[in-house]
Amino acid sequence: MIGAGLAPEQGPPFTAPLRFFLTAPWFLVAAGLLAAFDPGWTEGPLSPTALALTHLLTLGFLGMVMLGALTQMLPVLAGAPMPGIRPVATIGHASLTLGTPLLAWGLWRGEPAALLHGAGLLWLGLAPLLISAGLALADARRLDSVHAMRVAFVALLATLALGLGLAGWLADALPAGWRPDDPFIWLRAHALAGLAGWVAILVVGVAWQVVPMLQVTPAYPAWATRPLLVVLTSAVGVALLAPAPWRVVGEIALALGLAAFALVTLDLQRRRKRKLASPTLDLWRLGMLGLIGAVALFALPLPGEPARLAGGVLFLVGFAASVVIGMVDKIVPFLAWFHLRAGPGTSAGALPGMKDFLSDAAARGQARLHLVALVCLVAAPFAPALAVPGGLLLAAAGAVAGWNLARAARLYARHRR
Amino acid sequence: MTETGDATITQFLADDHNRCDDLFAAAENAVSVRDWASAAAHFQAFLEAMRRHFAMEEDILFPAFETRAGSGGGPTFVMRGEHREMNGLLDEMGAALERREQDAYLNLSETLLMLMRQHNLKEENILYPMTDHALAGERPELLGAMRAR
Ligand code: HEM
Repeated sequence: MIGAGLAPEQGPPFTAPLRFFLTAPWFLVAAGLLAAFDPGWTEGPLSPTALALTHLLTLGFLGMVMLGALTQMLPVLAGAPMPGIRPVATIGHASLTLGTPLLAWGLWRGEPAALLHGAGLLWLGLAPLLISAGLALADARRLDSVHAMRVAFVALLATLALGLGLAGWLADALPAGWRPDDPFIWLRAHALAGLAGWVAILVVGVAWQVVPMLQVTPAYPAWATRPLLVVLTSAVGVALLAPAPWRVVGEIALALGLAAFALVTLDLQRRRKRKLASPTLDLWRLGMLGLIGAVALFALPLPGEPARLAGGVLFLVGFAASVVIGMVDKIVPFLAWFHLRAGPGTSAGALPGMKDFLSDAAARGQARLHLVALVCLVAAPFAPALAVPGGLLLAAAGAVAGWNLARAARLYARHRR
Repeated sequence: MTETGDATITQFLADDHNRCDDLFAAAENAVSVRDWASAAAHFQAFLEAMRRHFAMEEDILFPAFETRAGSGGGPTFVMRGEHREMNGLLDEMGAALERREQDAYLNLSETLLMLMRQHNLKEENILYPMTDHALAGERPELLGAMRAR
């Protein structure tokens, strides 16, 4: 799934995914600082600060890494190179880097101009990347993981379209016939498609490949592959599109499906053949526990906003961010090694190994900060004073992640010369 | 390996990948607790399994596929290149084991695992199904020849 493709020219240049991976952690830093300096987000998921934080995390961090990873995985895992990868990755990366802070600023400060420019910039800049990924996905191999990526991709398009609509609505810029009667319906669909359809289903599809790969575990049982994808996809579909009384059926199926995925992943990891301690393994386990916790908080009829907010934190920081960091900690050192090894004039002599690019100690320090940050942030909706340490710790965890990865890239560059 | 009748090439070689993975893990687990004697034995078994797997592909499957598909410069070329990379790492791991350098071994084994698993995924997802398709007629003989290795 990473490395060169089957044909020598299929693997993308290292810079295509790398720029995404190196930038993403700094959005964790931004999110952490905002969470610390404006603890107003603890008031509820629709507070301006919470909206800004959501997008720093979903677009700035998760979207950045996931789109970067697609540029690597589609050619290599699915045998489907993305057309025009260099310009498309450069433009997509630039638009995420500039558009996300603008959008977040607009949401935070309630500035219609920033909101619209951010949304517009994201759409314009991501369009070539999305078209290229769509073309690659269309003629990719018929693998279970590719099916999951296709579902996630469609959900991302829906999320982005609804996001643009919501930004237009908030900024009061929608043409008359386009205004929703009840914007809350758009909001719910936008959040559901983004979190469940894009983030969760993509992680599930990638997990099928990387969980057995990293810890030498048994493969996922058959029911947890394509049948589970069918359940999750139908569940999201029903939750989004069915008549109101049926939506809850979709939500329940979604919660059960995701919980089952988390449990089976934890079970596979328990049965792993490779016994070595690994920060990535710890982050994935944390991620699965975070997913179970998030699903429980969303699904159980717990009273009140704080529980929902804590569920959101568990989903974004506990589940998605944990597994994404665990992955990037492996992908960047491996790709650095791989490209050095494959590059001209660097074949002989002792090259650094993966752990020289990013040591276990460095990764573990980062993971610990992330864990403590998570604990504070999950508790903050109930005890707002914790927003400050939680935010600062998240910023620190992001900075260490960014530093670790930048160090790996520098070591690569030094050997390249 | 027991006879599995009309198994596919994909199935047969993917099973062999799993066997190699298990031996890899056994060797690494022994190194991680500094059980050098058992590490050496497991590593030797792993090395032999890998060499046999490479030989089955490079001496039997790939030539047959290249003849049929006429793609000497395509996928099999990349796979052979990655075999060479893996052999390089295996040599270095053997040397680290001999010197009982735990950190060096674990650094190399981490790298080998990533290289090996992404290589295996490409073979299992793309290349083996291509060979099953292209070589359907000669499959029993090819499987027989590979089993005899
Ligand atoms: C072009 C990109 C995007 C734009 C313009 C956008 C815009 C918006 C806007 C304007 C809102 C607030 C609506 C309101 O207050 O009624 C919102 C909410 C939300 N968005 Fe986005 N969005 C984008 C991408 C995403 C993505 C990729 C995700 C998830 C993966 C996401 C997840 C959410 C969530 C979860 C909420 C609800 C927030 C909360 O309850 O705190 N958005 N979005």
